[in-house]
Amino acid sequence: MAKISASVFTSHVPAIGAALDLGKTGEDYWKPVFAGYDFAKQWEKEQKPDVVFLVFNDHATAFSLDMIPTFAIGTAAEYQPADEGWGPRPVPKVIGHPKLAAHIAQSVIQDDFDLTIVNKMDVDHGLTVPLSLIFGQVDAWPCPVIPFAVNVVQYPVPSGRRCFMLGKAIRKAIESYDEPLNVQIWGTGGMSHQLQGPRAGLINREWDNAFLDKLINDPEGLSKVPHIDYVREAGSEGIELVMWLIARGAMSDVNETKKGSAPTVRHRFYHVPASNTAVGHLILENN
Amino acid sequence: MSLDKPYTDVPGTTIFDADMSRMGYHLNQFCMSLMKAENRARFKANERAYLDEWPMTEEQKQAVLDRDLNRCISLGGNIYFLAKIGATDGKSFQQMAGSMTGMTEDQYREMMIKGGRSVEGNRYTGEKK
Repeated sequence: MAKISASVFTSHVPAIGAALDLGKTGEDYWKPVFAGYDFAKQWEKEQKPDVVFLVFNDHATAFSLDMIPTFAIGTAAEYQPADEGWGPRPVPKVIGHPKLAAHIAQSVIQDDFDLTIVNKMDVDHGLTVPLSLIFGQVDAWPCPVIPFAVNVVQYPVPSGRRCFMLGKAIRKAIESYDEPLNVQIWGTGGMSHQLQGPRAGLINREWDNAFLDKLINDPEGLSKVPHIDYVREAGSEGIELVMWLIARGAMSDVNETKKGSAPTVRHRFYHVPASNTAVGHLILENN
Repeated sequence: MSLDKPYTDVPGTTIFDADMSRMGYHLNQFCMSLMKAENRARFKANERAYLDEWPMTEEQKQAVLDRDLNRCISLGGNIYFLAKIGATDGKSFQQMAGSMTGMTEDQYREMMIKGGRSVEGNRYTGEKK
C-alpha cells in the first residue's frame, strides 16, 4: 500500500522564484533564504519520494473570477509552468500522477469533501517555487506531483478546521492505494504577509513562530484558530497558512483510527524577509 | 439577516470577499486579460480605448489610469489580479505593495529588511500606536 512518509511545509514567495531564475541566489539579500533549504535538498536525495501531493494556491493564474473552486485536485498527466505576466518560469514541466490523483478524488469525495477535478491547468509560482526550493534547479523534477489548489484569494476561504479534516481524508485515501508508493504531502504559502493597502508589509515573527510550534505539537488546537486571527495577526495574505493544516492533517499522529506517534521534526527554518513576506519551512517525518 | 464580517475593523486592509468580488468582477477580469502579451501591447498603446472595451465603472477605469491601487481595491480589485497591471508596467510585487503605503520604494524596502511592519498598533482601527 502507499504510505505518507513525511510532510514538508514552505512559503512560496514569487520573488524567490525570480531570484533563482535570474541567478541572484548568491546575493547577500538572498543567501540566508536559500541556506535555509540546503538541508531539504540533501534530505530529498535520501528520501526519494515516488509522488508529492502538493497543496498550494493559484494566484489569479489558472482560475480567474470566472470560476473559483474551493478545493481542486489535478488529475492531469502534466502541467505547464504558467506565464503570470513576467513570462513562464524556466523550470521543467510538472508530471502528474493521474491514477493516484483519481483514486484520491474518488475516496475524498466519498468522505464528504466536494473536490473540483481539474484535467487541464497551468501551475503558477505557488506550486513551482516550492519545487525549486526543495528539489533545486534541475532539468526534470525527480518525481510526479499531484497539484491540489485551495482558494485562499476570495474570502471566505476554507476554515483551518475544514483543512485539517480534509488532510485526514487525504491520508486515508493515499493509504488505501494499492501500490507501495512513498508519498510526501507538502503544505505551502505564508507565512505572515500583507500585500495590499496601507498596512502592506506587515510581518509578525512571534505569531509565525507560535504557529510553527502549534503545527508541530498541537495541530488540533491550531485548526480551531478562526480566520480573523490570521488576518489581524499575520496579514490579509497570511491566511494562506490554513493550507499547511491540510498537510499536517495527513500525518499519522492525528489519525483517529490507527494513531501513530508524534512526527520527528527534521528541519525548521524561519527568515524575514523575502520581498514582502516571512519565510517559514518545516520538515516532519511520520512515525 | 446580514452576513458575519468580523474583518471590517482591521486598519488599512480590505478583505476581498464575495461582495467585493461582485463589484470588482470586470475590473479583475480586465487585469486577467493582461496575461496575454498581445493584450498588454494593445493596452499600452491606448489605455483608455482598451479600458473602454470592458464594462467597468468610470471610477474603476480612472483608478487604473491613475495606477491608484488603493482606489482599485476599494472598488473591488484584488491584489493578485491588480498585479497583472504592475507586471505590464514592469513593476515588482514589492514596488506595487509599497505604492499603497504612502512610503517611498526605498523606505518600504528598508522597512522589510528591518523585519517588516509591526503588528503593534495595527490590529484594530483607531487603536493607539
